[in-house]
Amino acid sequence: MATRTTGATRRGRVGWTSIHFFANPARFLRVARATYPWAAGATAALIVAGLVLGLYVAPPDYQQGDAYRIIFVHVPAAWMSLFVYVVIALCSVASLVWRHPLADLVAKSSAPVGAAFTFITLLSGSLWGQPMWGTWWVWDARLTSMLILFFLYLGYIALHAAFDDPAKGARVAAILALVGVVNVPIVKFSVDWWNTLHQPATISKIDAPSIDSSMIAPLLLMAAGFMAYYVTVLIPRVRAEIASRRIRNLRLAQVSR
Amino acid sequence: MVSVFLRLIGRELTLAVRGGIGTLMAVVFFVIAVTLFPLGVGPELGLLSRIAAGAVWVAALLAALLSLDRLFVADHEDGSLEQLMLGVLPLEFVVLAKAVAHWLTTGLPLAAAAPVLALLLNMSVDGLVILIVSLLLGTPILSLIGAVGAALTVGLRRGGALIALLVLPLYVPVLIFGVGAVEGAVLDVGVHANLSILAGGLVGALVLGPLAASAALRMTVE
Repeated sequence: MATRTTGATRRGRVGWTSIHFFANPARFLRVARATYPWAAGATAALIVAGLVLGLYVAPPDYQQGDAYRIIFVHVPAAWMSLFVYVVIALCSVASLVWRHPLADLVAKSSAPVGAAFTFITLLSGSLWGQPMWGTWWVWDARLTSMLILFFLYLGYIALHAAFDDPAKGARVAAILALVGVVNVPIVKFSVDWWNTLHQPATISKIDAPSIDSSMIAPLLLMAAGFMAYYVTVLIPRVRAEIASRRIRNLRLAQVSR
Repeated sequence: MVSVFLRLIGRELTLAVRGGIGTLMAVVFFVIAVTLFPLGVGPELGLLSRIAAGAVWVAALLAALLSLDRLFVADHEDGSLEQLMLGVLPLEFVVLAKAVAHWLTTGLPLAAAAPVLALLLNMSVDGLVILIVSLLLGTPILSLIGAVGAALTVGLRRGGALIALLVLPLYVPVLIFGVGAVEGAVLDVGVHANLSILAGGLVGALVLGPLAASAALRMTVE
């Protein structure tokens, strides 16, 4: 409804502020093709800048020495793993409510990327934990809820892949994504609760009172770089999805002829 | 409407009773799974009483999972699921009736068998009572969340393994608060917070579970 009242332009086309703007795959492909080099360039520039500032300019931590520098990968990856899950949930709403065709594709294409970010978070956290805590893994509340988020991603990907008809798989997986989004805060809360019950004296990681600006700058640069990376890998993935749907439709048309 | 709802539960129970030993499989699995814990960690009584709550709850989680893949599949295969979807009863209540029947045939027997098993694991008597209460509050949530998982995978060839992957992460809070209540009783630090959260979760799952499961069924069954 919003399309007709506010989103329509003079030529009767759907304005880009409307969520229906990208419902047309051809239009999306045009915008994506124009955006892609910029996103790729931004990824390279931001990550290089973040790494230079983070590895050479930022001083070593007074307590953790150089080991803390893994924060510049770990924290942006953790942010992205949650952000991508939110993107999937929002796309699922758009898919279920408006049958938005592109939302399906974005959600499906995002899931492996989000799972990879979650895995990187777990891996880098584990690598960080070895020198800091003296063990590869602690059942810290944050680590545990990240692990469960990783399982949710795997379930989502597996459910998507289990259906022969991709459109049906997308809608069913969308319901799972929404069930998951209701559960993520409950899981987080329950794991926090569980953790305080079992081991009250967990070493807290980065709950330092403040973080120096020489450290915050590379962190934010890396976070922006990770975001640009997400857009950069998302575009070819969605394009491949559009192409594979097209091939599938052509095959079906050929068979029915 | 109410009579249709009750009759649907009755139908599920009749099917379960006539299913014979297959219906009791969840409880048999539960007993065997709990028995494996002492064999795995050793017969030392102090250790067993420390892991008793967790072992019983984890086994209950897995046992509740066992029969989920048949929840809608049998009705889907012989076409009666479509009949139920077209019938007078809203699909949400069909799902609810199925979940209630699943709980009556799985969760309730588990709660009945649990105290005996917990005794074998050297749990104190205070813990036993709360174990039963927490299972009575928690296992219906397992059935309701499980119904969502079963509805999502109903048309699939290998739905069983997929259900475990979808549902087990969602079972985590039930496990945590269930075990938390029992440990609260054993250590005498209070059980009300954990039990209240479980009860709240049950109310939430009673409302949201059938909604999500019926939305999923409308898409998987065509």
